[in-house]
Amino acid sequence: MIYLMCLILFSIGIYCILVKRNLIKIIIGIGIVEYAVNLFFILLGYRAGGRAPILDEKQVVQNMVDPLPQALILTAIVIGLAVTVLIVSIAVRIYEKYGTFDITKIRRLRG
Amino acid sequence: MNMALLPLTPNLLPLFVAIPLGSAFIVSLLGKKLRGFSDTFSNLATFSLFCFSLLSLLLIKRLGTVVYKVGGWIPPIGICMVLDSLTSFMLITVNLIAFLVTIYSISYMERYTDKWKFYTLFLLMLAGMNGVIVTGDLFNLFVFLEIGSISSYALVAYGVEHEELEASFKYTVMGSIASSFILLGIALLYSYTSSLNMADISRTLAQGKGSQVVFFVSVLFLMGFGLKAALVPFHAWLPDAHPSAPAPISAMLSGVLIKALGVYALARIFFNVLGMTAILSSILMVLGTVSMIVGVFLALGQWDFKRLLAYHSISQVGYVILGIGLGSPLGILGGLFHLFNHSVFKSLLFLNAGSVAYSIDTRNLQEMGGLKEKMPVTGNTCLMASMSIAGVPPFNGFWSKLIIIIACIQARHFVYAFWASLVSIMTLASFTKVQRYAFFGELKSKWTQIKEVPITMRLSMVVLSVICLFGGLLLIPGVQKNFLNLATQVLVNGNNYAQAVFGSLK
Amino acid sequence: MTLIVKTITRLTVGLILLYGIYIVTHGHLSPGGGFAGGVIIALSFVHLMLAFGKDLALKKLSESLASFFESFGAIMFLTIALLGFIGGYFFFNFVFKGKPFNLFSAGIIPLCNIAICLKVGAGLFAVFVALVLLSSTTQKGNK
Repeated sequence: MIYLMCLILFSIGIYCILVKRNLIKIIIGIGIVEYAVNLFFILLGYRAGGRAPILDEKQVVQNMVDPLPQALILTAIVIGLAVTVLIVSIAVRIYEKYGTFDITKIRRLRG
Repeated sequence: MNMALLPLTPNLLPLFVAIPLGSAFIVSLLGKKLRGFSDTFSNLATFSLFCFSLLSLLLIKRLGTVVYKVGGWIPPIGICMVLDSLTSFMLITVNLIAFLVTIYSISYMERYTDKWKFYTLFLLMLAGMNGVIVTGDLFNLFVFLEIGSISSYALVAYGVEHEELEASFKYTVMGSIASSFILLGIALLYSYTSSLNMADISRTLAQGKGSQVVFFVSVLFLMGFGLKAALVPFHAWLPDAHPSAPAPISAMLSGVLIKALGVYALARIFFNVLGMTAILSSILMVLGTVSMIVGVFLALGQWDFKRLLAYHSISQVGYVILGIGLGSPLGILGGLFHLFNHSVFKSLLFLNAGSVAYSIDTRNLQEMGGLKEKMPVTGNTCLMASMSIAGVPPFNGFWSKLIIIIACIQARHFVYAFWASLVSIMTLASFTKVQRYAFFGELKSKWTQIKEVPITMRLSMVVLSVICLFGGLLLIPGVQKNFLNLATQVLVNGNNYAQAVFGSLK
Repeated sequence: MTLIVKTITRLTVGLILLYGIYIVTHGHLSPGGGFAGGVIIALSFVHLMLAFGKDLALKKLSESLASFFESFGAIMFLTIALLGFIGGYFFFNFVFKGKPFNLFSAGIIPLCNIAICLKVGAGLFAVFVALVLLSSTTQKGNK
């Protein structure tokens, strides 16, 4: 059931990228898509009745949720941050050169 | 440790990633203070990488498949790096082209500002590509794929003009959607097999029956890696991104990036990890053929030199996917050999376009004419590369296309063989147009003062054209047995990957 | 920025920096580590820039120093990884590992956390500075 919510979030992100005309809204769409995929990966690691996967010296290891996706998604979030930073700088430069954020007017390359 | 034998131990493998990463940051630290430092240091780095990639062939002969446990952790708990013949084949291709392109860019990048930033990004892209080729773990492949892709997004926008920024924006948006699909596929595969090591997943999937999850995951990977490799429904970023980049970067992008990040990852995952089925094989063949046809027909009407070359890249990658999708040993041999040949002659063509742009500052074919008298080295190497890509004997393109067509006929797919031959004839027509407009014909009066390009640019082009001329020699039985056949065997016996990796661990 | 924002910033920016350093150094004991701590440290400098203007923030950490720390963090990380060859493998944990759950334990992990914190913090701050300087030069050019 909760995976369906992730799929809805993913589709909202894809809708933003495909339909919106403003450069910044496309960037936000990319952010939503990456958010949905990261959320999906973490939810895969859920074990029923588990607790947070932090080892403490006084407690005994009983059921914990899967810690491996959490480590991987940390890396994936940083990769998403790098892509966002790069694409925002490109968008700022495009505004400087073309004077608009509208993608229907930024169409010098054709053919 | 005996220092003289250091390169020939398995410790060679992490160096392919550590050397470009280290050099990138050292160039970033010291490049703006010392003049000429970034040039010499980067060339030293790529030269050492090329030598190490040749040494990897010897290492395989001595030790068989080499598995390196990073940090001493035993896979599948830890990350491993695997060196088998396909890896070594791809490493030689990538590092050879990278070395020649770095020599070329010593003179070419004088036209842009801040050369040290260029070398930093270039070495990071090379680290990403080497990492994808060498790794044996799925999430590690994703991380290096992203390192290579993000550096290439930044390099396409390097000289910040209008068209370059627009092309880079389009490329970044499409590339990041593809990476999200790949991450989704990795997540589903992890939930199904609870392991991230490629050999371990292959062993687990071989025991169970083929199921819906595996098919869905293979479609996701096909979409994601197909966009990186510019297969046809996902090719729309390539005709904008490749011409807008500076010429050495266009050569790297078109020559090796779409192969290492796209075709190699696709082949490794489909043959060795997921297992090749008949339906996947026919999907790959159909997509390959459609890429060939669409690429060449759209290239016929182009008058921009680099945009025409970018469309031909789509077409030639279609050949490689058709060869690999056939699944038979001869088909895979043709596909891999064409991958190597295409890297060589497509890089040479883009470097030629760069030299022409360096001398006369335009890319429009209708404004050029008769450049062969003033730029003889560029003209002759471009002629050799054009004959290679069109498949004229005895250049190397002819042999690989012949093997692919024979493999199609042997497998009784006559329609694909017909389209492959037709596309080859149209490639010849397209490049005859390029040669006639650019190099032969009347020299226009405004171009009488141009000179030949500097020595470093000429050197790279001449070396690449010599490889074009003698590339067919890789098919001599003695040489072929040691180089190409071993790489083919890794893909044909896809199920042996897990046994080879776990066998070398003990 | 108004007086309220400036006063609160002056009071809290040191605490934010200290909190970031705490998260980095306890990365092997509690959640956090290099990335999260680095982002918090970068944000303390950005907070200074938002409240007081770019000149004061650049006096505290100039862009050339940020660029130096960024490359230095990456080289330190790679050096730690290459020093693992002493133990026999790339990235091997060769430093003496103390008792678990102490602050000084777990070998190379705290050192790697510090290297990543330098790189991420300096990198994020350098990006903000670059965008701010870009917009200020375009505004000067338009006038």
